Amino acid sequence: MAAMTREETQNLIAEVLAVYPEKAKKDRAKHLMVNDHSLESAKKCITSNRKALPGVMTIRGCAYAGSRGVCWGPVKDVVHISHGPVGCGMYSTMGRRHYANGTTGADIFTTINVTSDFQERDIVFGGDKKLKAMIDELEKLFPLAKGYTIQSECPIGLIGDDIESVAKVKSAEIGKTIVPVRCEGFRGVSQSLGHHIANDSIRDWVLPTRDGKDDGFETTPYDVNILADYNIGGDIWPSRMLLEEIGLRVIAQTPGDGTLMEMEKLPKAKLNLLHCYRSMNYIARHMEEKYGTPWMEYNLFGPTKIEQSLRAIAERFDDRIKDGVERVLAKYKPQWQAVVDKYRPRLEGKTVMLYVGGLRPRHIIGAYEDLGMKVVGTGYEFAHNDDYDRTIKEMGDATLIYDDVTAYELDEFVKKINPDLIGSGIKEKYQFQKMGFPFRQMHSWDYSGPYHGYDGFAIFARDMDMTLNNPCWTEIKAPWLRPAQPETQAA
Amino acid sequence: MPSVMVRRNDEGKLLFYVAKKDLEEVIASVEHDTADAWGGEVTLGDGETFYIDPISPPPAFPTTLRFKRID
Repeated sequence: MAAMTREETQNLIAEVLAVYPEKAKKDRAKHLMVNDHSLESAKKCITSNRKALPGVMTIRGCAYAGSRGVCWGPVKDVVHISHGPVGCGMYSTMGRRHYANGTTGADIFTTINVTSDFQERDIVFGGDKKLKAMIDELEKLFPLAKGYTIQSECPIGLIGDDIESVAKVKSAEIGKTIVPVRCEGFRGVSQSLGHHIANDSIRDWVLPTRDGKDDGFETTPYDVNILADYNIGGDIWPSRMLLEEIGLRVIAQTPGDGTLMEMEKLPKAKLNLLHCYRSMNYIARHMEEKYGTPWMEYNLFGPTKIEQSLRAIAERFDDRIKDGVERVLAKYKPQWQAVVDKYRPRLEGKTVMLYVGGLRPRHIIGAYEDLGMKVVGTGYEFAHNDDYDRTIKEMGDATLIYDDVTAYELDEFVKKINPDLIGSGIKEKYQFQKMGFPFRQMHSWDYSGPYHGYDGFAIFARDMDMTLNNPCWTEIKAPWLRPAQPETQAA
Repeated sequence: MPSVMVRRNDEGKLLFYVAKKDLEEVIASVEHDTADAWGGEVTLGDGETFYIDPISPPPAFPTTLRFKRID
Protein backbone atom coordinates (compact mmCIF):
# COMPACT_ATOMS: atom_id res chain seq x y z
CA MET A 1 0.00 0.00 0.00
CA ALA A 2 1.03 3.62 -0.43
CA ALA A 3 3.01 5.28 2.32
CA MET A 4 0.86 6.83 5.00
CA THR A 5 0.98 10.49 5.76
CA ARG A 6 1.72 11.79 9.24
CA GLU A 7 -1.93 12.61 9.76
CA GLU A 8 -3.12 9.18 8.68
CA THR A 9 -0.71 7.47 11.04
CA GLN A 10 -1.78 9.77 13.86
CA ASN A 11 -5.41 8.94 13.15
CA LEU A 12 -4.61 5.25 13.10
CA ILE A 13 -3.13 5.46 16.59
CA ALA A 14 -6.16 7.36 17.87
CA GLU A 15 -8.52 4.87 16.24
CA VAL A 16 -6.79 1.85 17.76
CA LEU A 17 -6.60 3.40 21.22
CA ALA A 18 -10.27 4.38 21.16
CA VAL A 19 -11.44 1.11 22.71
CA TYR A 20 -9.35 1.54 25.86
CA PRO A 21 -10.65 3.06 29.08
CA GLU A 22 -9.52 6.67 29.59
CA LYS A 23 -6.62 5.86 31.91
CA ALA A 24 -5.24 3.03 29.82
CA LYS A 25 -5.56 5.12 26.70
CA LYS A 26 -3.55 7.92 28.25
CA ASP A 27 -0.84 5.50 29.29
CA ARG A 28 -0.61 3.61 26.03
CA ALA A 29 -0.64 6.77 23.92
CA LYS A 30 2.75 7.64 25.39
CA HIS A 31 4.22 4.44 23.97
CA LEU A 32 3.18 5.04 20.37
CA MET A 33 4.60 7.63 18.03
CA VAL A 34 4.77 8.74 14.45
CA ASN A 35 8.37 8.99 13.36
CA ASP A 36 9.68 12.46 12.77
CA HIS A 37 13.16 12.95 11.35
CA SER A 38 13.37 16.47 12.71
CA LEU A 39 13.47 15.10 16.26
CA GLU A 40 16.82 15.05 17.97
CA SER A 41 15.79 12.88 20.87
CA ALA A 42 12.99 10.37 21.34
CA LYS A 43 12.50 11.34 24.94
CA LYS A 44 9.76 13.87 24.35
CA CYS A 45 7.55 11.73 22.15
CA ILE A 46 7.87 8.12 23.24
CA THR A 47 7.98 6.56 26.67
CA SER A 48 9.82 3.29 27.04
CA ASN A 49 11.09 0.87 29.67
CA ARG A 50 7.98 1.26 31.78
CA LYS A 51 5.93 -1.38 33.52
CA ALA A 52 3.50 -3.05 31.14
CA LEU A 53 -0.11 -2.05 31.70
CA PRO A 54 -2.03 -4.61 33.81
CA GLY A 55 -4.77 -6.26 31.81
CA VAL A 56 -3.19 -6.08 28.38
CA MET A 57 -1.06 -8.73 26.72
CA THR A 58 2.60 -7.91 26.71
CA ILE A 59 5.26 -10.00 25.04
CA ARG A 60 8.05 -9.21 27.44
CA GLY A 61 10.20 -11.61 29.41
CA CYS A 62 11.70 -11.32 32.89
CA ALA A 63 15.09 -10.49 34.37
CA TYR A 64 15.91 -14.18 34.62
CA ALA A 65 15.25 -14.58 30.90
CA GLY A 66 17.52 -11.62 30.21
CA SER A 67 20.38 -13.07 32.19
CA ARG A 68 20.08 -16.86 31.90
CA GLY A 69 18.74 -16.89 28.38
CA VAL A 70 20.33 -13.90 26.73
CA CYS A 71 23.56 -12.70 28.30
CA TRP A 72 24.92 -15.78 30.05
CA GLY A 73 23.20 -18.56 28.15
CA PRO A 74 25.52 -18.63 25.13
CA VAL A 75 28.73 -18.76 27.20
CA LYS A 76 29.56 -22.30 26.32
CA ASP A 77 32.17 -23.77 28.66
CA VAL A 78 30.34 -22.86 31.84
CA VAL A 79 27.46 -24.76 33.42
CA HIS A 80 24.56 -22.42 34.09
CA ILE A 81 22.62 -23.43 37.17
CA SER A 82 18.99 -22.31 37.16
CA HIS A 83 18.66 -21.94 40.91
CA GLY A 84 15.04 -22.26 41.91
CA PRO A 85 11.91 -24.22 40.96
CA VAL A 86 12.05 -26.40 37.92
CA GLY A 87 9.83 -24.41 35.56
CA CYS A 88 12.13 -21.50 34.71
CA GLY A 89 15.02 -23.89 34.23
CA MET A 90 12.98 -26.14 32.00
CA TYR A 91 11.81 -23.35 29.73
CA SER A 92 15.31 -21.99 29.28
CA THR A 93 16.52 -25.17 27.59
CA MET A 94 17.91 -24.01 24.31
CA GLY A 95 14.71 -22.27 23.31
CA ARG A 96 17.09 -19.76 21.85
CA ARG A 97 19.24 -20.87 18.99
CA HIS A 98 22.63 -19.67 20.17
CA TYR A 99 24.95 -22.11 18.49
CA ALA A 100 28.26 -23.25 19.93
CA ASN A 101 31.15 -25.25 18.58
CA GLY A 102 32.25 -28.23 20.62
CA THR A 103 31.17 -31.49 22.21
CA THR A 104 28.34 -31.33 24.69
CA GLY A 105 29.38 -32.46 28.15
CA ALA A 106 33.08 -32.16 27.38
CA ASP A 107 33.79 -28.59 26.38
CA ILE A 108 30.34 -27.08 25.81
CA PHE A 109 27.41 -27.06 28.18
CA THR A 110 24.98 -24.71 26.47
CA THR A 111 22.56 -27.47 25.59
CA ILE A 112 22.54 -28.83 29.12
CA ASN A 113 19.82 -27.69 31.46
CA VAL A 114 20.68 -27.71 35.13
CA THR A 115 18.21 -26.68 37.80
CA SER A 116 18.16 -27.05 41.57
CA ASP A 117 14.43 -27.91 41.48
CA PHE A 118 13.33 -25.98 44.57
CA GLN A 119 10.67 -27.61 46.71
CA GLU A 120 8.73 -26.36 49.72
CA ARG A 121 11.45 -27.71 52.00
CA ASP A 122 14.07 -25.52 50.34
CA ILE A 123 11.86 -22.46 50.65
CA VAL A 124 11.44 -23.11 54.37
CA PHE A 125 15.00 -24.11 55.25
CA GLY A 126 16.89 -22.25 52.53
CA GLY A 127 18.56 -23.67 49.45
CA ASP A 128 22.22 -22.90 50.09
CA LYS A 129 23.06 -26.43 51.19
CA LYS A 130 21.41 -27.84 48.13
CA LEU A 131 23.37 -25.45 45.95
CA LYS A 132 26.65 -26.55 47.50
CA ALA A 133 25.78 -30.22 47.03
CA MET A 134 24.76 -29.45 43.49
CA ILE A 135 28.08 -27.87 42.61
CA ASP A 136 29.87 -30.93 44.03
CA GLU A 137 27.69 -33.20 41.91
CA LEU A 138 28.32 -31.10 38.82
CA GLU A 139 32.04 -31.28 39.48
CA LYS A 140 31.76 -35.06 39.32
CA LEU A 141 29.50 -35.09 36.30
CA PHE A 142 31.31 -32.46 34.22
CA PRO A 143 34.86 -32.18 35.50
CA LEU A 144 35.87 -30.22 32.38
CA ALA A 145 33.48 -27.33 32.98
CA LYS A 146 35.45 -24.12 33.37
CA GLY A 147 33.08 -22.63 35.90
CA TYR A 148 29.51 -22.14 37.01
CA THR A 149 26.97 -19.39 37.03
CA ILE A 150 24.17 -19.37 39.55
CA GLN A 151 21.14 -17.82 37.92
CA SER A 152 18.62 -17.09 40.64
CA GLU A 153 14.92 -17.46 40.05
CA CYS A 154 12.29 -15.48 41.97
CA PRO A 155 12.17 -17.47 45.25
CA ILE A 156 15.90 -17.03 45.89
CA GLY A 157 15.45 -13.28 46.20
CA LEU A 158 12.24 -13.66 48.17
CA ILE A 159 13.70 -15.94 50.84
CA GLY A 160 17.04 -14.14 50.81
CA ASP A 161 19.44 -17.00 50.16
CA ASP A 162 23.08 -15.94 50.19
CA ILE A 163 24.24 -17.31 46.86
CA GLU A 164 27.22 -14.94 46.87
CA SER A 165 28.71 -16.61 49.91
CA VAL A 166 28.13 -20.08 48.44
CA ALA A 167 29.87 -18.90 45.28
CA LYS A 168 32.86 -17.58 47.20
CA VAL A 169 33.23 -20.67 49.39
CA LYS A 170 32.84 -23.17 46.58
CA SER A 171 34.99 -21.18 44.20
CA ALA A 172 37.87 -21.23 46.68
CA GLU A 173 37.30 -24.92 47.27
CA ILE A 174 37.25 -26.12 43.66
CA GLY A 175 39.39 -23.38 42.16
CA LYS A 176 36.95 -22.42 39.43
CA THR A 177 35.04 -19.24 38.69
CA ILE A 178 31.54 -19.26 40.13
CA VAL A 179 29.37 -16.30 39.26
CA PRO A 180 26.26 -15.62 41.34
CA VAL A 181 23.73 -13.65 39.32
CA ARG A 182 20.92 -11.92 41.18
CA CYS A 183 18.54 -12.02 38.24
CA GLU A 184 15.28 -12.85 40.02
CA GLY A 185 12.45 -12.56 37.56
CA PHE A 186 10.53 -9.94 39.51
CA ARG A 187 13.32 -7.38 39.10
CA GLY A 188 12.66 -4.66 36.59
CA VAL A 189 9.94 -4.28 34.02
CA SER A 190 11.32 -6.58 31.36
CA GLN A 191 14.30 -8.75 30.46
CA SER A 192 16.29 -5.57 29.99
CA LEU A 193 17.19 -5.33 33.66
CA GLY A 194 18.34 -8.94 33.50
CA HIS A 195 20.86 -7.91 30.84
CA HIS A 196 22.07 -5.16 33.11
CA ILE A 197 22.39 -7.50 36.10
CA ALA A 198 24.24 -10.06 33.98
CA ASN A 199 26.61 -7.33 32.78
CA ASP A 200 27.21 -6.26 36.35
CA SER A 201 28.01 -9.83 37.34
CA ILE A 202 30.57 -10.04 34.53
CA ARG A 203 32.00 -6.77 35.79
CA ASP A 204 32.22 -7.94 39.39
CA TRP A 205 33.06 -11.62 39.11
CA VAL A 206 34.79 -12.21 35.78
CA LEU A 207 36.69 -9.19 34.50
CA PRO A 208 38.70 -8.43 37.65
CA THR A 209 40.06 -11.99 37.95
CA ARG A 210 43.05 -11.14 35.78
CA ASP A 211 43.50 -7.54 36.86
CA GLY A 212 47.10 -6.72 37.56
CA LYS A 213 48.30 -10.15 36.51
CA ASP A 214 50.62 -10.29 33.55
CA ASP A 215 49.58 -13.56 32.09
CA GLY A 216 51.90 -13.28 29.14
CA PHE A 217 49.08 -12.68 26.70
CA GLU A 218 50.60 -11.12 23.60
CA THR A 219 48.60 -8.23 22.24
CA THR A 220 48.69 -6.63 18.82
CA PRO A 221 47.44 -3.17 17.79
CA TYR A 222 44.57 -4.87 15.94
CA ASP A 223 42.93 -6.69 18.83
CA VAL A 224 39.17 -6.31 19.04
CA ASN A 225 36.31 -7.92 20.93
CA ILE A 226 32.97 -8.86 19.47
CA LEU A 227 30.53 -7.96 22.20
CA ALA A 228 26.86 -8.83 22.41
CA ASP A 229 26.60 -11.01 19.34
CA TYR A 230 24.62 -14.05 20.45
CA ASN A 231 25.40 -16.35 17.55
CA ILE A 232 21.74 -16.89 16.74
CA GLY A 233 21.74 -19.46 13.96
CA GLY A 234 25.51 -18.96 13.74
CA ASP A 235 25.52 -15.18 13.28
CA ILE A 236 28.85 -14.57 14.92
CA TRP A 237 30.78 -16.78 12.54
CA PRO A 238 30.31 -14.73 9.34
CA SER A 239 30.79 -11.55 11.42
CA ARG A 240 34.07 -12.81 12.77
CA MET A 241 35.24 -13.95 9.34
CA LEU A 242 34.61 -10.49 7.94
CA LEU A 243 36.44 -8.75 10.76
CA GLU A 244 39.38 -11.10 10.48
CA GLU A 245 39.45 -10.68 6.74
CA ILE A 246 39.91 -6.92 7.05
CA GLY A 247 42.95 -7.60 9.19
CA LEU A 248 41.68 -7.37 12.74
CA ARG A 249 42.37 -9.98 15.38
CA VAL A 250 39.28 -10.99 17.30
CA ILE A 251 40.56 -11.97 20.73
CA ALA A 252 37.20 -12.54 22.33
CA GLN A 253 33.73 -13.16 21.07
CA THR A 254 31.22 -12.94 23.79
CA PRO A 255 28.78 -14.25 24.68
CA GLY A 256 27.92 -16.03 21.40
CA ASP A 257 30.01 -19.20 21.06
CA GLY A 258 32.24 -17.65 23.70
CA THR A 259 34.18 -19.05 26.60
CA LEU A 260 34.88 -17.86 30.10
CA MET A 261 38.54 -17.38 29.28
CA GLU A 262 37.67 -15.08 26.39
CA MET A 263 35.53 -13.08 28.76
CA GLU A 264 38.44 -12.72 31.16
CA LYS A 265 40.56 -11.47 28.26
CA LEU A 266 38.07 -8.76 27.27
CA PRO A 267 40.12 -5.92 28.81
CA LYS A 268 43.13 -6.79 26.63
CA ALA A 269 41.49 -5.53 23.42
CA LYS A 270 42.08 -2.19 21.74
CA LEU A 271 38.47 -1.73 20.71
CA ASN A 272 35.14 -3.20 21.74
CA LEU A 273 32.76 -3.80 18.86
CA LEU A 274 29.27 -3.75 20.25
CA HIS A 275 26.57 -5.45 18.25
CA CYS A 276 23.53 -5.46 20.48
CA TYR A 277 23.75 -2.08 22.15
CA ARG A 278 20.81 -2.71 24.46
CA SER A 279 22.06 -5.81 26.18
CA MET A 280 25.75 -5.16 26.66
CA ASN A 281 26.44 -1.44 26.51
CA TYR A 282 26.84 -1.54 30.28
CA ILE A 283 29.95 -3.69 30.17
CA ALA A 284 31.35 -1.68 27.24
CA ARG A 285 30.92 1.52 29.22
CA HIS A 286 32.50 -0.08 32.24
CA MET A 287 35.52 -1.22 30.26
CA GLU A 288 35.90 2.22 28.77
CA GLU A 289 36.01 3.70 32.23
CA LYS A 290 38.19 1.13 33.92
CA TYR A 291 40.50 -0.09 31.18
CA GLY A 292 40.25 2.80 28.71
CA THR A 293 39.01 0.54 25.90
CA PRO A 294 36.85 2.57 23.52
CA TRP A 295 33.71 0.99 22.12
CA MET A 296 31.59 1.46 19.06
CA GLU A 297 28.38 0.05 17.70
CA TYR A 298 28.31 -1.72 14.38
CA ASN A 299 25.77 -3.42 12.17
CA LEU A 300 26.44 -6.28 9.78
CA PHE A 301 22.96 -6.72 8.30
CA GLY A 302 22.89 -6.10 4.55
CA PRO A 303 25.65 -4.78 2.25
CA THR A 304 24.95 -1.06 2.78
CA LYS A 305 25.27 -1.29 6.54
CA ILE A 306 28.23 -3.67 6.33
CA GLU A 307 30.07 -1.15 4.17
CA GLN A 308 29.28 1.71 6.54
CA SER A 309 30.22 -0.31 9.60
CA LEU A 310 33.47 -1.70 8.24
CA ARG A 311 34.54 1.77 7.11
CA ALA A 312 33.66 3.21 10.51
CA ILE A 313 35.66 0.45 12.23
CA ALA A 314 38.63 1.08 9.90
CA GLU A 315 38.60 4.75 10.89
CA ARG A 316 39.79 3.66 14.32
CA PHE A 317 42.82 1.88 12.89
CA ASP A 318 45.69 2.54 10.50
CA ASP A 319 45.95 2.16 6.74
CA ARG A 320 46.46 -1.58 6.90
CA ILE A 321 42.89 -2.05 8.08
CA LYS A 322 41.56 0.63 5.76
CA ASP A 323 43.11 -1.15 2.78
CA GLY A 324 41.76 -4.42 4.13
CA VAL A 325 38.25 -3.01 4.19
CA GLU A 326 38.47 -1.77 0.60
CA ARG A 327 39.80 -5.15 -0.48
CA VAL A 328 37.00 -7.01 1.31
CA LEU A 329 34.30 -4.68 -0.02
CA ALA A 330 35.58 -5.18 -3.58
CA LYS A 331 35.84 -8.94 -3.10
CA TYR A 332 32.28 -9.42 -1.92
CA LYS A 333 30.62 -6.90 -4.24
CA PRO A 334 29.90 -9.48 -6.98
CA GLN A 335 28.57 -11.91 -4.38
CA TRP A 336 25.99 -9.59 -2.83
CA GLN A 337 25.21 -7.91 -6.13
CA ALA A 338 24.14 -11.30 -7.47
CA VAL A 339 21.85 -11.75 -4.46
CA VAL A 340 20.31 -8.31 -4.92
CA ASP A 341 19.89 -8.87 -8.66
CA LYS A 342 18.13 -12.15 -8.04
CA TYR A 343 15.79 -11.18 -5.22
CA ARG A 344 15.23 -7.46 -5.55
CA PRO A 345 12.85 -7.77 -8.51
CA ARG A 346 10.77 -10.25 -6.48
CA LEU A 347 10.69 -8.14 -3.33
CA GLU A 348 10.80 -4.56 -4.63
CA GLY A 349 8.33 -2.21 -2.99
CA LYS A 350 7.04 -4.72 -0.43
CA THR A 351 6.34 -3.39 3.04
CA VAL A 352 7.42 -4.88 6.37
CA MET A 353 6.35 -4.40 9.95
CA LEU A 354 8.71 -5.41 12.71
CA TYR A 355 8.28 -5.98 16.40
CA VAL A 356 11.29 -7.63 17.94
CA GLY A 357 13.58 -7.28 20.93
CA GLY A 358 16.38 -4.90 21.55
CA LEU A 359 18.34 -4.17 18.38
CA ARG A 360 16.78 -5.86 15.40
CA PRO A 361 13.90 -3.42 14.94
CA ARG A 362 16.50 -0.91 13.76
CA HIS A 363 19.44 -3.06 12.68
CA ILE A 364 17.71 -5.07 9.98
CA ILE A 365 16.05 -2.08 8.34
CA GLY A 366 19.14 -1.64 6.14
CA ALA A 367 19.01 -5.23 4.94
CA TYR A 368 15.36 -4.85 3.92
CA GLU A 369 16.14 -1.62 2.13
CA ASP A 370 18.93 -3.32 0.20
CA LEU A 371 16.26 -5.65 -1.14
CA GLY A 372 14.02 -2.75 -2.09
CA MET A 373 11.62 -3.35 0.77
CA LYS A 374 10.27 -0.70 3.07
CA VAL A 375 9.85 -0.94 6.82
CA VAL A 376 6.58 0.81 7.65
CA GLY A 377 6.35 0.08 11.35
CA THR A 378 8.80 -0.96 13.99
CA GLY A 379 8.91 -1.40 17.71
CA TYR A 380 10.77 -2.91 20.61
CA GLU A 381 9.70 -5.13 23.45
CA PHE A 382 12.11 -3.79 26.02
CA ALA A 383 14.12 -0.95 24.53
CA HIS A 384 15.04 2.21 26.39
CA ASN A 385 15.08 5.80 25.23
CA ASP A 386 18.54 5.62 23.74
CA ASP A 387 17.37 2.85 21.39
CA TYR A 388 14.56 5.02 20.11
CA ASP A 389 17.01 7.90 19.60
CA ARG A 390 18.88 5.59 17.27
CA THR A 391 15.74 4.28 15.59
CA ILE A 392 14.35 7.66 14.58
CA LYS A 393 17.21 8.15 12.13
CA GLU A 394 16.87 4.68 10.62
CA MET A 395 13.12 4.70 10.01
CA GLY A 396 11.28 6.55 7.25
CA ASP A 397 9.47 9.75 8.08
CA ALA A 398 5.86 9.38 9.29
CA THR A 399 6.22 5.65 9.93
CA LEU A 400 4.75 4.08 13.02
CA ILE A 401 6.88 3.30 16.07
CA TYR A 402 5.47 1.32 18.99
CA ASP A 403 6.94 0.45 22.36
CA ASP A 404 5.92 -2.70 24.27
CA VAL A 405 2.96 -2.95 21.92
CA THR A 406 0.05 -5.02 23.20
CA ALA A 407 -1.31 -7.97 21.27
CA TYR A 408 -4.49 -6.07 20.49
CA GLU A 409 -2.69 -2.96 19.22
CA LEU A 410 -0.32 -4.93 17.03
CA ASP A 411 -3.26 -6.84 15.55
CA GLU A 412 -5.11 -3.66 14.75
CA PHE A 413 -2.05 -1.89 13.34
CA VAL A 414 -1.37 -4.83 11.07
CA LYS A 415 -4.97 -4.96 9.88
CA LYS A 416 -4.95 -1.25 9.03
CA ILE A 417 -1.45 -0.89 7.64
CA ASN A 418 -1.70 -4.21 5.82
CA PRO A 419 2.03 -4.90 5.36
CA ASP A 420 3.34 -7.56 2.97
CA LEU A 421 5.48 -9.17 5.64
CA ILE A 422 5.64 -9.20 9.41
CA GLY A 423 8.74 -9.95 11.42
CA SER A 424 8.18 -10.70 15.08
CA GLY A 425 8.39 -13.43 17.68
CA ILE A 426 6.97 -16.90 18.13
CA LYS A 427 4.04 -15.62 20.17
CA GLU A 428 2.83 -13.54 17.24
CA LYS A 429 3.70 -16.02 14.53
CA TYR A 430 0.64 -18.22 14.33
CA GLN A 431 -1.80 -15.43 15.01
CA PHE A 432 -0.58 -13.51 11.97
CA GLN A 433 -0.18 -16.55 9.80
CA LYS A 434 -3.80 -17.44 10.50
CA MET A 435 -4.73 -13.90 9.55
CA GLY A 436 -3.03 -14.59 6.21
CA PHE A 437 0.08 -12.46 6.63
CA PRO A 438 3.47 -13.80 5.58
CA PHE A 439 5.50 -13.95 8.76
CA ARG A 440 9.13 -14.41 9.76
CA GLN A 441 10.12 -15.18 13.33
CA MET A 442 12.88 -12.63 13.73
CA HIS A 443 14.11 -13.60 17.20
CA SER A 444 15.64 -16.87 16.08
CA TRP A 445 15.57 -16.19 12.32
CA ASP A 446 12.69 -18.65 12.00
CA TYR A 447 14.99 -21.63 12.42
CA SER A 448 17.24 -20.36 9.63
CA GLY A 449 20.23 -18.07 9.65
CA PRO A 450 22.86 -16.79 9.97
CA TYR A 451 21.83 -13.37 8.72
CA HIS A 452 25.00 -11.42 9.51
CA GLY A 453 27.64 -10.55 6.97
CA TYR A 454 27.60 -11.15 3.22
CA ASP A 455 26.99 -14.87 3.57
CA GLY A 456 24.12 -14.18 5.92
CA PHE A 457 22.60 -11.61 3.58
CA ALA A 458 22.18 -14.26 0.88
CA ILE A 459 20.26 -16.43 3.36
CA PHE A 460 18.24 -13.45 4.56
CA ALA A 461 17.20 -12.58 1.01
CA ARG A 462 16.29 -16.17 0.21
CA ASP A 463 14.22 -16.50 3.38
CA MET A 464 12.31 -13.29 2.79
CA ASP A 465 11.54 -14.29 -0.78
CA MET A 466 10.59 -17.80 0.25
CA THR A 467 8.12 -16.47 2.82
CA LEU A 468 6.67 -13.55 0.91
CA ASN A 469 6.25 -15.21 -2.44
CA ASN A 470 5.05 -18.49 -1.05
CA PRO A 471 1.94 -19.63 -2.97
CA CYS A 472 0.26 -20.70 0.29
CA TRP A 473 -0.83 -17.15 1.09
CA THR A 474 -3.39 -17.19 -1.70
CA GLU A 475 -4.93 -20.35 -0.21
CA ILE A 476 -5.50 -18.94 3.27
CA LYS A 477 -9.07 -17.83 2.66
CA ALA A 478 -11.73 -20.54 2.68
CA PRO A 479 -13.01 -21.14 -0.87
CA TRP A 480 -16.56 -20.05 -0.01
CA LEU A 481 -15.28 -16.76 1.45
CA ARG A 482 -13.31 -15.79 -1.64
CA PRO A 483 -14.83 -13.25 -4.02
CA ALA A 484 -16.75 -15.05 -6.72
CA GLN A 485 -14.52 -16.06 -9.61
CA PRO A 486 -15.87 -16.08 -13.14
CA GLU A 487 -16.76 -19.65 -14.10
CA THR A 488 -13.85 -20.96 -16.13
CA GLN A 489 -14.61 -24.63 -16.18
CA ALA A 490 -16.36 -25.95 -19.20
CA ALA A 491 -19.50 -27.92 -18.47
CA MET B 1 22.20 12.48 43.56
CA PRO B 2 22.47 10.41 40.41
CA SER B 3 25.63 8.51 39.68
CA VAL B 4 26.72 9.74 36.29
CA MET B 5 29.20 8.41 33.82
CA VAL B 6 30.86 11.22 31.91
CA ARG B 7 32.55 10.18 28.69
CA ARG B 8 33.55 11.69 25.39
CA ASN B 9 31.62 10.91 22.22
CA ASP B 10 33.13 10.55 18.76
CA GLU B 11 33.12 14.30 18.23
CA GLY B 12 35.02 14.80 21.48
CA LYS B 13 32.10 16.38 23.30
CA LEU B 14 31.34 15.28 26.84
CA LEU B 15 28.36 12.99 27.28
CA PHE B 16 26.37 12.77 30.47
CA TYR B 17 25.02 9.26 31.01
CA VAL B 18 22.73 8.13 33.82
CA ALA B 19 22.13 4.40 33.42
CA LYS B 20 19.11 4.26 35.70
CA LYS B 21 17.36 7.10 33.91
CA ASP B 22 18.41 6.15 30.38
CA LEU B 23 19.61 9.65 30.11
CA GLU B 24 22.39 10.23 27.64
CA GLU B 25 22.84 13.85 26.75
CA VAL B 26 25.63 16.11 25.54
CA ILE B 27 26.98 18.49 28.14
CA ALA B 28 26.33 21.96 26.73
CA SER B 29 28.25 23.98 29.28
CA VAL B 30 30.28 23.56 32.45
CA GLU B 31 30.81 26.38 34.94
CA HIS B 32 34.45 25.61 35.64
CA ASP B 33 36.43 23.99 32.86
CA THR B 34 40.00 25.07 33.28
CA ALA B 35 43.37 23.39 33.55
CA ASP B 36 43.07 23.08 37.33
CA ALA B 37 39.38 22.47 38.00
CA TRP B 38 36.33 20.93 36.42
CA GLY B 39 32.81 21.11 37.76
CA GLY B 40 30.28 23.52 39.15
CA GLU B 41 26.98 23.91 37.39
CA VAL B 42 26.57 21.63 34.39
CA THR B 43 23.95 22.31 31.75
CA LEU B 44 22.88 19.55 29.39
CA GLY B 45 21.80 19.79 25.79
CA ASP B 46 18.14 19.48 26.77
CA GLY B 47 18.37 22.27 29.34
CA GLU B 48 18.58 20.19 32.53
CA THR B 49 21.09 21.44 35.09
CA PHE B 50 23.18 19.51 37.59
CA TYR B 51 25.77 20.53 40.13
CA ILE B 52 29.05 19.01 41.24
CA ASP B 53 31.70 20.52 43.49
CA PRO B 54 34.60 21.52 41.25
CA ILE B 55 37.17 18.76 41.06
CA SER B 56 40.81 19.69 41.09
CA PRO B 57 42.78 18.59 39.16
CA PRO B 58 40.20 17.85 36.41
CA PRO B 59 39.23 14.17 36.23
CA ALA B 60 40.27 11.94 33.36
CA PHE B 61 37.25 10.97 31.28
CA PRO B 62 35.49 8.55 31.13
CA THR B 63 34.70 8.49 34.80
CA THR B 64 31.75 8.07 37.14
CA LEU B 65 30.82 11.01 39.34
CA ARG B 66 27.93 11.90 41.62
CA PHE B 67 25.99 14.98 40.63
CA LYS B 68 23.21 16.90 42.32
CA ARG B 69 20.13 17.83 40.38
CA ILE B 70 19.23 21.53 40.38
CA ASP B 71 15.55 22.27 39.83
